[in-house]
Amino acid sequence: MDEQTIFNKMIDILRLYTKDPSLLDKATKDTHILNDLKVNSARLVDVIIKCEDTFGVTVEDDEADKIGTIGDAVSIIKTKLG
Amino acid sequence: MKRRVVITGMGVVAPNAHGLDNFEAALREGRSGIRFIPELQELNFGCQIGGIPQDFNNIRSSYFDHEKLMSINDNIGYAAVSAIDAWRDAGFSVPADDDDCVDWETGVIVGSGIGGMDTITNTLIPMVSQGKVRRMGSRVVEQVMNSATSASIAGLLALGNQATSNSSACSTGNEAIIEAMWRIRLGLAKRMLAGGSEGPSPYIWAGFDAMRVICRKFNDQPELASRPMSATANGFVPGSGAAVLVLEDLESALERGAKIYAEILGGTVNCGGHRMGGSITAPNPEGVKRCIRATVSDAGIAPTEIDAINGHLTATFADPYEVKNWSASLERGPENFPYINSTKSLIGHCLGATGAIESVAVVLQLYKGFIHPSVNCEDIHPDISEYRDKVPQECMDYPELRVIAKAGFGFGDVNSCLIFKIWENNKRSY
Repeated sequence: MDEQTIFNKMIDILRLYTKDPSLLDKATKDTHILNDLKVNSARLVDVIIKCEDTFGVTVEDDEADKIGTIGDAVSIIKTKLG
Repeated sequence: MKRRVVITGMGVVAPNAHGLDNFEAALREGRSGIRFIPELQELNFGCQIGGIPQDFNNIRSSYFDHEKLMSINDNIGYAAVSAIDAWRDAGFSVPADDDDCVDWETGVIVGSGIGGMDTITNTLIPMVSQGKVRRMGSRVVEQVMNSATSASIAGLLALGNQATSNSSACSTGNEAIIEAMWRIRLGLAKRMLAGGSEGPSPYIWAGFDAMRVICRKFNDQPELASRPMSATANGFVPGSGAAVLVLEDLESALERGAKIYAEILGGTVNCGGHRMGGSITAPNPEGVKRCIRATVSDAGIAPTEIDAINGHLTATFADPYEVKNWSASLERGPENFPYINSTKSLIGHCLGATGAIESVAVVLQLYKGFIHPSVNCEDIHPDISEYRDKVPQECMDYPELRVIAKAGFGFGDVNSCLIFKIWENNKRSY
């Protein structure tokens, strides 16, 4: 799966958890999930579970802790998908 | 000196109606919200009927965005919709999520008898039992904690005063109103949202079915099943829903020119101590009478000033005892007894929500000057046959209506009583 496809799928996932989906219209890899998209920090757990379901991977807690931006998530998932 | 407390807004999600206008119409018509529930039949319940707010998924979806909906189980949903309706009815608007203005003068006390059982049974227990805790997500605690309803409402409305959820079984809704009343009386809050909520889970109702205290003989006639004060009463019909009332310091209400529905003159809670005939499941009659008398005293009125009673009256063996306890407490025999009705005859027993929903019914009756019918008791119980003429079977216009007393009793031998009075400037000219 190429990086752009993963990015697009991440946008779809985040659409469920941001209070204002319009913030995703201009999102880039540098967009911060909590600070820029205003996702409640408690919901990061739900974002990770959705990623695992969507991409068929397991994201360990240590890896999840390092996710700040959309690009961070894309990078981890791309590595796992090989 | 105690501050005076008035009601300036109300919201209700009941089995027979959502919203004040619909609820008033349902009360006047004697419209039942009791339906056959196929799931209860599939689960081999003796009682296969119940009161569940209708079309609620669509209602819920029209109030909350996709993100909030994921955290709103039935119990929270009923409470939150009621709270938003009440807040708007009181003349306020719902703040935006990114509005950083907190209303420090307003709080919320909304409780439940049992609470977010649907989240417990549909998510928590299956996932934990299957060893899938890691995949359960973030939304379980906020939906099953005892304070789930008040926490949700405080967030939706940016309330900064006390936010808590009480629990006293079937007395919960009344107790919330009384606690909120005291907070305003003492000057600790300008406004309080107060009420109760209960979800419609078979896992809430199962314990009552096992005790054989809910109705088992009217599964094929749901609308006839809830029969308070009837000789053929067969146990209560389980119900669900919520109501929230905006209680306000009179001074604040007058300052902002708010619509005032009614004044809360008095309120008392107590417990019978599980003695003198009382137990975990039955009321000590002395406790009931003390609660009623203390409320009359708190209200500063004579018992003869009470025009009507909205009883607890669940359709169990206890109904005749309740009527006689009222009679003894007020020292008013059948010849000069107030009118008495049971809203449960229309909606069943909504447990932790019951006091709140029925208090909304009381206030609507006071505001508009009517007494709603207490249905399904054309065969009045022989022990209270002398009171027959005081139990309206049809909706009754009552322009002279000034004061209604409301009671609630619950497992744990707990009692609550409230006295509401028409607002003194209400000329019923609408």
